[in-house]
Amino acid sequence: MTLEQGIFILASLLMLGSALAMVTARSMFVAALWMIGTFAGVAVLFILLNAGFLGIVQILIYIGAIAVLILFAIMLTPDVMGLKPGPRYTGQWPLAAVMASTLAAVIVLLLVRAGNDWHIADAAPNVTDFAVQLGEAFMTTYLLPFEVASGVLLVALIGALVIVRDE
Amino acid sequence: MQINWADTSFLLAPEILLTVGALIVLVLDLLIEDDTSPVLPGFTLLALVSAFGAAAAHLVTGVDDVALFMFAADPLTHFFRLLGIGTALLVLLVSVNYVQARSKHTGEFYSLLLWVTLAVVLVAGAHDLILLYLAFEFLSITSYVLVGWLRDDARSNEGAMKYLLFGAISSALMLYGMSLLYGATGTTRLTEIAAFFTIPETQITGLYSIVVPALVFLLAGIGFKISLVPFHQWAPDAYEGAPTPVAAFLSVGSKSAGFAVLARVLLEAMPAFQEHWTSLLVVLSILTMTLGNLVALRQTNMKRLLAYSSIAQAGYILMGLAAYSAGATFPADGLSGVLIYLVAYLFTNVGVFIGAVIFEQATGSVAISDYAGLIRRSPWLAFTFVVFFLSLAGLPPTAGFVGKLAVFYATVAKGLYFLAIIGVLNSVVSVYYYFNVIRQMFFMPAPEGAERVRMPASMGLALAISFVGTLLIGFYPEPFLNLANMSRDFISALPLL
Repeated sequence: MTLEQGIFILASLLMLGSALAMVTARSMFVAALWMIGTFAGVAVLFILLNAGFLGIVQILIYIGAIAVLILFAIMLTPDVMGLKPGPRYTGQWPLAAVMASTLAAVIVLLLVRAGNDWHIADAAPNVTDFAVQLGEAFMTTYLLPFEVASGVLLVALIGALVIVRDE
Repeated sequence: MQINWADTSFLLAPEILLTVGALIVLVLDLLIEDDTSPVLPGFTLLALVSAFGAAAAHLVTGVDDVALFMFAADPLTHFFRLLGIGTALLVLLVSVNYVQARSKHTGEFYSLLLWVTLAVVLVAGAHDLILLYLAFEFLSITSYVLVGWLRDDARSNEGAMKYLLFGAISSALMLYGMSLLYGATGTTRLTEIAAFFTIPETQITGLYSIVVPALVFLLAGIGFKISLVPFHQWAPDAYEGAPTPVAAFLSVGSKSAGFAVLARVLLEAMPAFQEHWTSLLVVLSILTMTLGNLVALRQTNMKRLLAYSSIAQAGYILMGLAAYSAGATFPADGLSGVLIYLVAYLFTNVGVFIGAVIFEQATGSVAISDYAGLIRRSPWLAFTFVVFFLSLAGLPPTAGFVGKLAVFYATVAKGLYFLAIIGVLNSVVSVYYYFNVIRQMFFMPAPEGAERVRMPASMGLALAISFVGTLLIGFYPEPFLNLANMSRDFISALPLL
């Protein structure tokens, strides 16, 4: 096992474990904390994939901004913080567990059957100027999705204001 | 990589007009204090009409190109642009009075109506999985907000919440399907995916087992938008809770965007797997129309009835895609049947929702039993309802008949007799619940002291347009058949290297 594989396994365990802990957490605040673990695992995976810039952005934005914002939002909402922690599982958990495990089994089976036919990049791309390449891609090939993303954010902002603003 | 801006702005003219219009409406809303000012809806109308004109000009002049590498400005896109913007125009006409009476945020509503139309148009033209996903999310997120617009109405909140939760899960599944396809082919461009699978099978055997599961995941996401069974559970609650004009938009605009994506993904990216997806579509189509019709039989709320009815309609439309055959002549190719059906469905289903809006605006009720005696309270409204219901049931001389004929014709031409028989049986069942409403209107006495149902001029205009459209397609279908024949061209796969 190479060092890379070891890091991959550790990061995946961190990610999946945190995700499981998040969905089974009894308090929303604790769930939000576990989410940070998942985000961190994703950041490590990005770095392993030679996408260091994305890894850093993942930490800065997802952990530094989004997760912290969610924690603040939960702490500032009295109805949520005042609640007693709910039950860990609802009556539907066995069904959900069966569905999730079946899906996981199907996916693993597929990945195994596809074997070595996966389309894998011919060589590692030149990563020294990753951010430059990313910026160029956003302004050329991916200009349209980039602009659509800004539309999505604007609409989400308007929607949030309309739905929650005091009248 | 150079971008030719003149070409790009020409190819994306309808999208640019919608975006600029939506931004200007937002700014005007800040400047204008009066919520009932006609400037905002007037400007929204202007933006929609100009975008509609640009799309029509593209279709007539036969523009067929790719804009910004990812947006296919081909006849199929022009068709769905016209369909989406046309829906928004009719919905805008009935929204003005409805929203002013119920919400303080009228300016934002008009702006979001333009944004959601833009999303429909982008979805229809997306030629790349990345743009497809983003446009799909754009459409979904805008729709969640619009469904939950009536913030003091618990059912509106419930509808929006259910829509959001179902949407989040199905879009995650769809994303997973996309990542499988990308992992297998190394590209996100739809035609390049198709080209990849022209490589001889022996070289990539393992990957063939990826495609069908990826397709199932994709179908979950797209089926959610079209409200195919079993991804339909959100629809009745969302339609019931949403402001009625928004429900009209969801049932037509958003649904036709879903069909555009489905057509593109299946016909552009996966033509090599047609025998697989045909059988999937046949099963989904049968489930969708049968369940939609059977549950619709028991509804007592007009909006829920229309929700189940539009689920069933999605099943009929899907028959056309199931019966797709690439080389067939018009209209046996299936795709043109889908297009004809969608035009008929636009006028009919928006029309019946407009009728429901008018009734709700006048009486405050959406219960079917309250429609009793409508013939005495507004003969004109009752008569248009009859035409719309005839069309939904697929009876002549209406648009729905032409649409069903085209789809059934393609199904029989393809040899899917079983599917065609199920479709006909379902149409018979649907007559029962459509005519139940008509029976209420004509043969039940109006309640004591019931007043005449009045409609504002803009709603009356929207009703008249839908009414004329529904009958026109029924009596004189040639121009609409030509439209479908012109629009069935799309960017097809190029051979690899």
